[in-house]
Amino acid sequence: MNTIKKLLGYVWMLMAPSIILFLIYEAYDKISKATAALQSNVILQWVIILLIFTPICVGLFIFGTYASKGEYD
Amino acid sequence: MQTNKSMRQETKQTNIAFVIGASSVGTLIEWYDFYIFGMLATIISKQFFPADAGTAALLSTLAIFAAGFIVRPFGALVFGRLGDLIGRKHTFLLTLIIMGGSTFAIGLVPGYASIGWAAPILVLILRLLQGLALGGEYGGAATYVAEHAPAGQRGFWTSWIQTTATLGLFLALGVIILIRTNEGVEKFSAEWGGWRYPFWISILLVGISVLIRMRMSESPMFTKLKTEGKIATNPLKESFGQKANFKMVLLALFGAVMGQGVVWYTGQFYAQSFIENVCKIDFIQSRNIMLVAILMATPCFVLFGWLSDKIGRKWIMLIGMLAAVLTYRPIYQQFLSISSAQSRLDKIDLTKTVSSSVKERTDSKDATKIYLIQSFDTAYTDGAVFKYTKTDTLKLDASHPSLIVSKSAKPNVVIEKTLGSSDAWSMIWLVFIQIVYVTMVYGPIAAFLVELFPTKIRYTSMSLPYHIGNGVFGGLVPFLGTLIVEFTKDSAHPSGDSLAGLWYPIGVASVSFIIGLIYLSNKIDKNIMD
Repeated sequence: MNTIKKLLGYVWMLMAPSIILFLIYEAYDKISKATAALQSNVILQWVIILLIFTPICVGLFIFGTYASKGEYD
Repeated sequence: MQTNKSMRQETKQTNIAFVIGASSVGTLIEWYDFYIFGMLATIISKQFFPADAGTAALLSTLAIFAAGFIVRPFGALVFGRLGDLIGRKHTFLLTLIIMGGSTFAIGLVPGYASIGWAAPILVLILRLLQGLALGGEYGGAATYVAEHAPAGQRGFWTSWIQTTATLGLFLALGVIILIRTNEGVEKFSAEWGGWRYPFWISILLVGISVLIRMRMSESPMFTKLKTEGKIATNPLKESFGQKANFKMVLLALFGAVMGQGVVWYTGQFYAQSFIENVCKIDFIQSRNIMLVAILMATPCFVLFGWLSDKIGRKWIMLIGMLAAVLTYRPIYQQFLSISSAQSRLDKIDLTKTVSSSVKERTDSKDATKIYLIQSFDTAYTDGAVFKYTKTDTLKLDASHPSLIVSKSAKPNVVIEKTLGSSDAWSMIWLVFIQIVYVTMVYGPIAAFLVELFPTKIRYTSMSLPYHIGNGVFGGLVPFLGTLIVEFTKDSAHPSGDSLAGLWYPIGVASVSFIIGLIYLSNKIDKNIMD
C-alpha cells in the first residue's frame, strides 16, 4: 500500500500543472470565441476560475510531493 | 452512588442537548441567510442588473453568488484564528451578527432601475460579508459541539450540526414559497416586492439566536487550554506553517471535503436548478419536490453520524461519493425523460388542451413597444399540464402608431410544466437519492475533521479545508455546471448537452474518492484533547 501511495504521489504532482495548463488553454479558447458584447463577462469568469484553481493546484502538487516522500505512510 | 451517577449522566445529556440546540439554531439561521440569495438568483439578476443583459446578468449574479462562496476560506482564516485565540463562543457570536446584518441590508438595497450600477456593487459587498461570516461560523459550531460531546458519540452529536445546512435550505425554500404564494408572481417580483421579505425576516431570527448564544458557556477544552496557558500564539503559522499539520489539512481537503462539497451542492442546488431551468418544471412544484425530498432524507444525517461512531467515518463518506459518481448521469437522464413532452405524446388529453386568444399589452415604459401574448396549455391524461407562453414584440412608429416598424425575429417562449402526481413523486425519489448521498458524505464529516487536528489550532485547521471544499469546489457547482453546458452549445445543437455540467462534480468526486481510498485512515480518535 505504501508503494501505491508513493507512486500516486507522482500522479498528483503531474495532475496539478496539467489542470492549470488545461484551464489556461480553455480560457484562451473561450475568450477568443466570445462575441464583443459578452467578452468582458467571459474574461471575468475565466480570471475568477484561474485565480481560484491555481492555488488549489499548487496545494495538490504539495500533497503529491508529500505523498511521494512517504509522509502519508 | 448509582443514583448520583445516573443523575450526572442525565445532566450531561441535558447540557449537550442545550449545546446542540443553541449552536444549531444559529448555524441554521446562517445557512438560511446564505441560501435565500441563491434561491432568488433569477429575481436578483433582474433587479440588480440592466434589464437587457439576459444571460450575462444571470452569470453575473451567479458570480456574485459564487463570490459569496469563494470568500468563505478567507472567513475561515480570519475567524478561525480568532476562535483559536479568544475562544469559540465569542467568535461565532460575531459571525452570526455580521451574517444577519448583511442579509438584512441586501433586502434594503434599491434596484438597478433606481440607483444604477451602485446596486450590484452594494450587493456584491454585502454578499462578500455573508461569505466571510459563514466561513467563520461552521468551524466554530462544529468544534464547539464536538468539544462538548462524549468520546464515542462524537459522530452522532455533531451530525445534528450537519442537519442545519439542509434545514436552512428547507427554511429558505419554505419562506419563499409561502410569501410568493400569498403575494402572487407580479407583486413578489416587483422592485420592492415580496422577494425582499425573506431578507428582512433574517434580522428577527438572528436577534433570537444571538440571545440564545449569549447564554452559552465556552467550550470545556478551550477553557482548559486557556487555564493552562497553552493557547496557540499564532494559529495560522501553527496550522499551515508546520508540515505535520499542513499535510493533514491537504489530506482532509483532497481526500474528503473536496468530494463531499461537490456531492452536497449537486444534490441540493444543481438538482433544483436543473429541474427548474432545464426540465422547465413550474417554480412552485420544483421547490415542493426539493422540500419533500429534503424532509424525507434529513434524518439520514443523524443515522450516518451515529453509524460513523460504530464503523468509522471513512467508508460511509467514500461509499456516498462513489454512488454519486456512478449514478448522477442516469439520475439526471431520468429527470429529462420524466419532463419530456416527446415521451408523452400518446398521453395528450385533447378535451382539456386549450389555447388562448392573442392578448395585446403595451410596455409600461415604452408606449411604442407592443407585446402579443398567446398561451397554449397542453393537458395530459396523467394530470400533467405543460404551459407554453409565446410573446412576439412589435415596435411601432412613434409618430404613426398604426405603423409597425419591426417585429422580433424569434418569439420568446416561456415553458412551465406541472407534472402529474406520479411523475412528481418519481422526481422526489430521484432528488431523495441524491440527498441520501449528501447525508453519507456530510453526516460524519464534522467529527472526521475535528479528530484530525489538535485542540489549540482546531478551529483554524478544520475551517480552511472545509470552506475550500464546500465554498470553492461545492459552491461553484451551479456556476461551472451552467458554464460547461454553455460550451456545448453551437449552431447545430442550440440547447447543448444538458448533462455536460455533471462532468465537473463527477470528476472532482472521482479524484477525491481515489485519494480518500488510498490515504485516509478509518481509525476514530477517541481523545481529541490534544
